[in-house]
Amino acid sequence: MRTASRLIRCLEDGEEDARSAMKYLFPFTGRAHVVGITGSPGAGKSTLLDGLVESRRKIGNNIGVLAVDPTSPFTGGAILGDRIRMQRHAEDPGVFVRSLATRGALGGLSKAVGDAVHIMDVMGKDMIFVETVGTGQQEIDIINHSHTVVVVLIPGMGDGIQAIKAGIMEIADIFVINKADRPGTSKLHRELKALLDLAAPTSFHNGWRPPIIQVEDAFKPEPFGKSIQELSDTIDKHYQSLQEHECLRSRLHRKAETELKEAMQVCIMDTIFEGLISSGEEEMMINEILNKKSDPYSLAKGMAERLLKKHH
Amino acid sequence: MSVKKLRVMVAKPGLDGHDRGARVLARCFRDAGFEVIYTGCHQTPEQIAAGALQEDVDVVGLSCLSGAHRYLFPEVKRLLVERGADDIQVVGGGIIPEQDFQALRDAGIAEIFTPGTTLDSIVEWFNTHVQPRR
Ligand SMILES: Nc1nc2c(ncn2[C@@H]2O[C@H](COP(=O)(O)OP(=O)(O)OP(=O)(O)O)[C@@H](O)[C@H]2O)c(=O)[nH]1
Ligand SMILES: [Mg+2]
Repeated sequence: MRTASRLIRCLEDGEEDARSAMKYLFPFTGRAHVVGITGSPGAGKSTLLDGLVESRRKIGNNIGVLAVDPTSPFTGGAILGDRIRMQRHAEDPGVFVRSLATRGALGGLSKAVGDAVHIMDVMGKDMIFVETVGTGQQEIDIINHSHTVVVVLIPGMGDGIQAIKAGIMEIADIFVINKADRPGTSKLHRELKALLDLAAPTSFHNGWRPPIIQVEDAFKPEPFGKSIQELSDTIDKHYQSLQEHECLRSRLHRKAETELKEAMQVCIMDTIFEGLISSGEEEMMINEILNKKSDPYSLAKGMAERLLKKHH
Repeated sequence: MSVKKLRVMVAKPGLDGHDRGARVLARCFRDAGFEVIYTGCHQTPEQIAAGALQEDVDVVGLSCLSGAHRYLFPEVKRLLVERGADDIQVVGGGIIPEQDFQALRDAGIAEIFTPGTTLDSIVEWFNTHVQPRR
């Protein structure tokens, strides 16, 4: 287990050796069902996850959890607090929880998540949950590593409809209305249903219309447990539907595409930038932009021409 | 472009539920550029050790105000060593009488911070004594 967690860390840090190790692990990946859970800060994602983990353990699933929290853009540090809600599983050898900081690197986060998912997959996890705060493009990229995406909304924040505007609608396979003990639950439910009704049936991949699941108060174990069971069953149903409709292939295709792009980013872009930074050229280019001597696009284009010519 | 970040776990073993100090510390570590895994109150030594291994932290900071540090701190260290992670340092803070220092050091606790210690000097200790990914 220590080996796995260290490997995840080395991949996260961008160690060359760890990347080479991936080559040997990669053929053994692809078994786990990866479930992304996203939603606004404090929506109750970790609490929900804790319930899901418990219900999955009961049926003997081996579980991995990746919990992503933001890095402070000012200090580069991060507080990763998702474990707090999952501590009762801390000693269960069938549950592996790993926190990741976003670190703000372009495309880097999603890559770290993708790598960590692979490691957990090779560890023999049946189901891997990825928790992210659903705010930006980065999070949408992360979602590309999942088979099933659960979007968590809460009533009374006007957040539901906003989240949908932000493009989360397109990625949701299952909607959860969380904290159903709070006022505004049925209003949010209605609004969401109306939006789904409006969408063209063709926009639902292979006829899967994202179900809306209302999750009851997490502090009332019985109704909460029932809701969690329903969610857990729906997650299974979605996976089955993917398999039946050969849709799994297109998800895997999407995942492979994302991974390829990210690897390109790391291997090509990062290498170029490292060179530019150490030669001082990056600073010169930035100054040219600041002094309006050139514009970013022309500089990038010039760079591309220079580099591509070299190889022809 | 490889980067190394210090990963720190801040945990509160034992029964007391006052985690203000631990939260302040977690924020202070974040501001120092560390990645802080914060696990909240009421942790058992087993939970802390298991979490530290899963998270691959470099150091575990334990805070204890209940007086049970004499048992709890060494127990965390013992469990880590037992699981092959003797490289993970364990430090402690809280209300700890001076006469307990030696016993804690002997049990492998790397440093003890008392309420008078400034946050800056704690961060400085971490920066000088803990290496990321050793
Ligand atoms: N009223 C109510 N509060 C809840 C419910 N579920 C969770 N909470 C509370 O909501 C707060 C946030 O819960 P988390 O599970 O940490 O939420 P999260 O979405 O993981 O938060 P971040 O990871 O910080 O974005 C906590 O104080 C929970 O106790 C619920 O069903 N009803
Ligand atoms: Mg959370």
